[in-house]
Amino acid sequence: MLSDRRPILLANARIVDPSRDFDGPGDVLIADGVIRDTQRGIRAAGVPEGTEIVDCRGRMVAPGLVDMRAFVGEPGAEYRETFASASQAAAAGGVTTIVCQPDTTPVIDDPALVDFILRRARDTAIVHVHPMAALTKGIGGEELAEIGLLKAAGAVAFTDGIRSVTNALVMRRALTYARDFEALVVHHTEDPDLVGEGVMNEGEFAARLGLSGIPKAAETIMLERDLRLVALTGSRYHAASITCAESLDVLRRAKEAGLEVTAAASVNHLTLNEVDIGSYRTFFKVSPPLRAEDDRRALITALASGLVDVVMSDHNPQDVEVKRLPFAEASPGAIGLETMLPAALRLIHDGDLTLLTLLKAMSTRPAELLGLPGGTLRPGSPADVIVVDLEAPWVLDPETLKSKCKNTPFDEARLQGRAVRTIVAGRTVYEYV
Amino acid sequence: MNVAPKSSFVLSRRHLLGIEGLSREEIGGLLDLADEFVHLNRQIEKKRASLRGRTLINLFFESSTRTQSSFELAGKRLGADVMNMSVGASAMRKGETLMDTAVTLNAMRPDLLVMRHHASGAVELLAHKVDGSVVNAGDGAHEHPTQALLDALTIRRNKGRIEGLLVAICGDILHSRVARSNIILLNTLGARVRVIAPSTLLPPGIERFGVEVARDMREGLAGADIVMMLRLQRERMNGSFVPSVQEYFHYFGLDQKKLAYAKSDALVMHPGPMNRGVEIDSSVADGAQSLIRQQVEMGVAVRMAVLEALSRNLPNV
Repeated sequence: MLSDRRPILLANARIVDPSRDFDGPGDVLIADGVIRDTQRGIRAAGVPEGTEIVDCRGRMVAPGLVDMRAFVGEPGAEYRETFASASQAAAAGGVTTIVCQPDTTPVIDDPALVDFILRRARDTAIVHVHPMAALTKGIGGEELAEIGLLKAAGAVAFTDGIRSVTNALVMRRALTYARDFEALVVHHTEDPDLVGEGVMNEGEFAARLGLSGIPKAAETIMLERDLRLVALTGSRYHAASITCAESLDVLRRAKEAGLEVTAAASVNHLTLNEVDIGSYRTFFKVSPPLRAEDDRRALITALASGLVDVVMSDHNPQDVEVKRLPFAEASPGAIGLETMLPAALRLIHDGDLTLLTLLKAMSTRPAELLGLPGGTLRPGSPADVIVVDLEAPWVLDPETLKSKCKNTPFDEARLQGRAVRTIVAGRTVYEYV
Repeated sequence: MNVAPKSSFVLSRRHLLGIEGLSREEIGGLLDLADEFVHLNRQIEKKRASLRGRTLINLFFESSTRTQSSFELAGKRLGADVMNMSVGASAMRKGETLMDTAVTLNAMRPDLLVMRHHASGAVELLAHKVDGSVVNAGDGAHEHPTQALLDALTIRRNKGRIEGLLVAICGDILHSRVARSNIILLNTLGARVRVIAPSTLLPPGIERFGVEVARDMREGLAGADIVMMLRLQRERMNGSFVPSVQEYFHYFGLDQKKLAYAKSDALVMHPGPMNRGVEIDSSVADGAQSLIRQQVEMGVAVRMAVLEALSRNLPNV
């Protein structure tokens, strides 16, 4: 019974808790929606009556993932995704908190809409949902949104979604104003003029396909501008999705200068590259675009060193009508809530990263940045916990995905590892059988 | 009826979507077959029956007079029933998607579908959805394989070979599917290829295509056996990619003076339609070194060869 709120004991687990840099054997006791204890041998010491005892047989227990960038179609594009369907996908992917994006219809730039999202999510979602709100009204890039009121209503950060604020003066004022509320500004860094008609990474591969390219400079220039403005304003800034080695240099300099700057990379950019587009496969069309293999390697190295703070899914459901088109005309976006963890585990199996590093970027760090209580197994914390089989090999069948759209670049991919149980606020919301 | 061509070459693939992936032998086989059709096309009786009973649909999402009529004539001379559809004007405006069009046409059971589309990759997308053979008549800035084949046939008939020749391709390389298909084909057959253009009209990464790159005509045309000019679209010459027609012609327009930088027996080609006074001067276009009209003749023969070689691979039941 999924709504069971009996206490749960996850016994004989490999506990990986990035918030405490702990990776070792242990048991986890959950009761009343809270993590009670994470010692070894809890069972012998006695558990409350009626506790559901789960023998993890060495499987990993970790904090539930906090996905910092997921587009949910509600309101306005419920055919693409609803909080109900997105949260089902999230639960199946080990994501216990979705941070949804404000570029919906209407745009989330009004406190009443933040309230609407929180209520809809409360009534229909099985994982936590927190909205980001628009940085500028109507994500128009011109007038400041009500950052104070939106934050008070529950917005966890401010962003114009997949749009960049091109006017540097507007961006400066937004950053300055946000600082007074200690609000986090999250920005998609792509200069739209340099993007032009580009649809994939600029270079030999785009030239061979006869497709217009997007230069890396489109991203790096915008990021560089932003970080100069952050130096000017002293605000909290997060680059929503960086993709290339050059951006990492810019980011490194800003961090070394002591700015309160963080950055995320999507699981797509960490596990795929431009060559995966093959012969015009539109499921690999994402924004910003997949880059070269060298860039992917650089992102992984930066993630390992902590230069890249967050890994997110960049979940963006698109139906067949906008994907089954010539590449240049197809909409960008890939779903990712359900595949983020298994895809990212490729980096573990390839020996590129430790589990602690990866999970920190997918749970502890985003929770810290957004001021959310998850991302930890510390006793007393909310019981957002996942049990993961790290080894199970499987082939992804898109028809089994819970998302309303099936636009996954991992269509028929061989994957290894998956969430086998997802617990949100002490309740098991997903079990893989 | 004429006698059958001596060449029994079969293109052992269902579609011709590009030059990419064609072997030297396949290209040679198509050119040899085309040579025979050049001869046939110069007879009074030009008709063959090898495509009798077959239906060929010309599906053009982008208007084109010469390529469409060239394919139409090629199909008719081989005995196929040919239908022309220009979709830009009708269905797409009503919101029908490329996929719907493909499914609709496929239900009419064409054996051969010749398609042109403004988006790179669109022809391949359609090819996945139909049962007959698809010939790419140009997709976006990607490929235009029959143009490259007809260019190769023209060169081979005039120079006796392709291997070892220096071919200079000049103009809007960035947006040109003709350039891409030609670069691949000429490289496969062992020619040296040099591209000449202002840097704004060169695709990033072009140096990795196995070509030499030149930014001016004197350097670029030096030693060239073949000078292949490309069309520059009007919307690209008014400050977006080059400052003006005047400046473009001054630096890159082929006139007698610039042609003199090439070998004395260099031959001039252009896929058409030409912008006289923009990329090419009339005295060169109509001059003794020009192969431009011959290219049109070779076009019909090459398309007959492609249709014939593909149809030999079609199921006969």
